[in-house]
Amino acid sequence: MASDSAVASHGTHAHPGYGELRHHFENHEQQKDASTIGMWVFLLTELMFFGGLFLAYFVYRQWYPAAFASASNKTDLWLGAFNTTVLICSSLTMAMAVHAASTGKRILLVGFLIATLLLGGAFLGVKAYEYHDKWVHHEFPGEHFECEGCADEVHSQLFFSLYFGMTGLHASHMIIGFGILLVLIWQAWHGKFTEKWYTPIELFGLYWHFVDIVWIFLFPLLYLIDRSGRSLL
Amino acid sequence: MNAHSEHHIVPKRVYFGVFATLIVLTWVTAWISTKDLGPLNIYVALSIAVFKASLVLLFFMHVKYGSKLTKFIVCIGIVWLLMLLFIAMIDIWTRSWMGVPGR
Repeated sequence: MASDSAVASHGTHAHPGYGELRHHFENHEQQKDASTIGMWVFLLTELMFFGGLFLAYFVYRQWYPAAFASASNKTDLWLGAFNTTVLICSSLTMAMAVHAASTGKRILLVGFLIATLLLGGAFLGVKAYEYHDKWVHHEFPGEHFECEGCADEVHSQLFFSLYFGMTGLHASHMIIGFGILLVLIWQAWHGKFTEKWYTPIELFGLYWHFVDIVWIFLFPLLYLIDRSGRSLL
Repeated sequence: MNAHSEHHIVPKRVYFGVFATLIVLTWVTAWISTKDLGPLNIYVALSIAVFKASLVLLFFMHVKYGSKLTKFIVCIGIVWLLMLLFIAMIDIWTRSWMGVPGR
């Protein structure tokens, strides 16, 4: 690779196992720091992307509290808690994958990445079941929207628009994550990563945990409004 | 570069501890939501969510062990998000005080 000559021109020697050193970096440590910071900056843009939807949620919840309370009670509280548990499990397996990569355990790394993929798949499976349930009960916003027992049918649609918008954007992030995970599993299996260089695993871990954090907020905001039924009496 | 960015491996027991806390808090927040705490329900739910998110950020995402620059960037992101939410919500919360048309 071209980096060999670049390394030589900086007067340093090549470090086996560290992967390629791009010519614009002084050393491997600087290269890794730059990658990590680049990933964090990307995650900040993601934060603002989701942030706009969270703002819309807070504005409409402030304006139509009764509609949001009764519509939120249409979601399945315990199924939501179960799914949150599944997603946190996938975050643990991802953290363990990074740990396995940093200690150079190839088979363990592949295993944890596959576990992360399967748990993520289970999460989306439950989500698909919930979407289907909403769909057959006409709780999808639009012409045929019905919300039996909802305090305010017109504005209940706002809740469900945000419900499908926010969980849909979250789910699309997971689907993109699956694609990246498949590539990482293939690369890990073929021994691309070493204990000194596993930057893609670590950066994907950041992405996966970020998606987990978004759900940590979506769960209470969408599922847990007024479960005691105070405003419904 | 500084010493912060040295190769750091987080012990497994830290991950398991964080994981157990996250799971317990998920079921606690679901259970508390069924109790009538008056206006406090949303504050309790959001406090638990903020605490859970902090655990994920600090330990799963290694911010606790990251460089100062990483910590700075994460803080900037949170401040920016809070500016978006709070400056807009100050408008929404106070509109009704003025008795002007609209909500």
